Amino acid sequence: MAELGEVDMSGATNATNATATTTGAAAAPARRRPGGTGWNLLVWPALVFLAVLFLLPFFQTALRSVTDPGPANYAIFWTDPVYARSLVTTFLTALVVTVSALLIAYPYAYLMYRSTPVMAGVLTLLVILPFFTSLLVRTYAWTVWLQQTGVINSALLDLGVIDAPLPLMRNLLGVAIGMTHSLLPFMVFPIYASMRRISPALVPAARSLGATGAFAFRTVFLPLTAPGVISGSLIVFVMSLGYYVTPALLGSPNNAMLSELIVNQVEQQVEFGIGSAIGIVLLALTLVFLFLGTRVVRFKDIVTGGR
Amino acid sequence: MRGKPSPGLRAYGVVVGTLLILPTLVVIPMSFSASEFLSFPPKGLSLVWYREFFADPVWMAAVGQSLQVAACTTVLSVVLGIMTALGLIRGRFRGKSALQVLVLSPMIMPLVVLAVGLFFVYSDWRILGSLGGLILAHTVIAYPLVYIAVSTSLQGMDQTLEQAAASLGANRWYAFRTVTLPLIAPGVLTGALFAFTTSWDELILSIFLSSPIVKTLPVVMWQQVQTELSPTLAVAATLVMVTTIVLVAAAAWVATRRKVVQP
Repeated sequence: MAELGEVDMSGATNATNATATTTGAAAAPARRRPGGTGWNLLVWPALVFLAVLFLLPFFQTALRSVTDPGPANYAIFWTDPVYARSLVTTFLTALVVTVSALLIAYPYAYLMYRSTPVMAGVLTLLVILPFFTSLLVRTYAWTVWLQQTGVINSALLDLGVIDAPLPLMRNLLGVAIGMTHSLLPFMVFPIYASMRRISPALVPAARSLGATGAFAFRTVFLPLTAPGVISGSLIVFVMSLGYYVTPALLGSPNNAMLSELIVNQVEQQVEFGIGSAIGIVLLALTLVFLFLGTRVVRFKDIVTGGR
Repeated sequence: MRGKPSPGLRAYGVVVGTLLILPTLVVIPMSFSASEFLSFPPKGLSLVWYREFFADPVWMAAVGQSLQVAACTTVLSVVLGIMTALGLIRGRFRGKSALQVLVLSPMIMPLVVLAVGLFFVYSDWRILGSLGGLILAHTVIAYPLVYIAVSTSLQGMDQTLEQAAASLGANRWYAFRTVTLPLIAPGVLTGALFAFTTSWDELILSIFLSSPIVKTLPVVMWQQVQTELSPTLAVAATLVMVTTIVLVAAAAWVATRRKVVQP
């Protein structure tokens, strides 16, 4: 099990160097061998596949949003306060999840960095296991703990700590707990990868020059982990924007995220045009944040967590 | 050289680790409940809900279809993923980085929007609610994972080995099959595992693209979560979880053994 984590982690450290040299490495054999360009043909199936099953669906959605019955579909964001509020809820949720994931992940990644290889493997496994477990199962398990008659409330009631059940789900708190839990790996791994890239001699060097431990950490270590923090935050934020299962089960029905409104419009109301319009707004938000992000970190590192 | 982490930091690790793992495990004792309602701690132990689960044609059909979809998705993703990784790493053409972005994009785009789009496309093609449609849709999000795993392996591989095979007269396909493929096998295996679990757990695309007859296990679970909360749901959740953990453990075991056999 730890082996699998190790596989991941070793990737995390060498990928940046490896991708940087990809073009050079690929160019050399192609020059030596006349038929080397034959490799190019291998990308065609993927290109066709993605054009038909990835780009076409988004194009169809965009088309529907302005033709079924017309561009007025987008007016729903001005006319119905539910949709404007959902925009705020979506942002707020993504922000809360990103901040709480960062606060939990940073010390955890630091612990991984300071641990022996075996211990780091165990800590990696603990973060990776939930990642492998079905999102639906994990979210459903959270409802068992958090609901009015759930484990936490029953225990607290029995112990006499509280008189009435605490509202732990069907609100932002529940969504934040569930989403932070499932997005944590995406924050831990980029931060850990950026820590491993720091030369282990740097902090002792600062200390030998008279810096206290805390000062060396703050002025030397912390700034060098900024790339990991940025790409981790970016991927968690962007992925949060489009989350559906967790807000649908743990969130408040009166305070829905954009994804929930899309499902509602398409599945229940059979309003394909309006559903598509909300979908395109969600897609546009995602693309804007990704674009802003690629000004700071590379797209591949955002998606793969620096792997 | 780094010094031991402080006791406070280690305690923090224990707390976070526990919070990551423990909450999900609650479904296991619940699945062995003897009571008619989902409750924790369970009132009495029994296998009655497992019997119920395996006797229910709806659950059984869902398990069968989920396995079919996940198996086909894995095969398709591995083939497409290996081809893409080879093409992108060894090929030389313009727009390579743009293509790389496109290949990785499905991992980060809002799945709900993709699901709606595929719903429109599939309606036009009349393949809504078909196993083939589900397999294609799952492959869109599963094969980038194979691509990442395989390209990491390829980059770590010594390419002169393949050139040596070629210089000894092997044609490219033969050299790939006998030299490259065995070397990147761990990456392929990791990728295949990611692809299988992605499809096995996938919910959002499946909600939009399934039909009352063709639906995967997560879709049936989703419908149950929203309507009746019977302990068979906990059984399904336990089985879904155990399947994935067994697969991950098996893959890790294979990876460890390979290391021992070929130093």
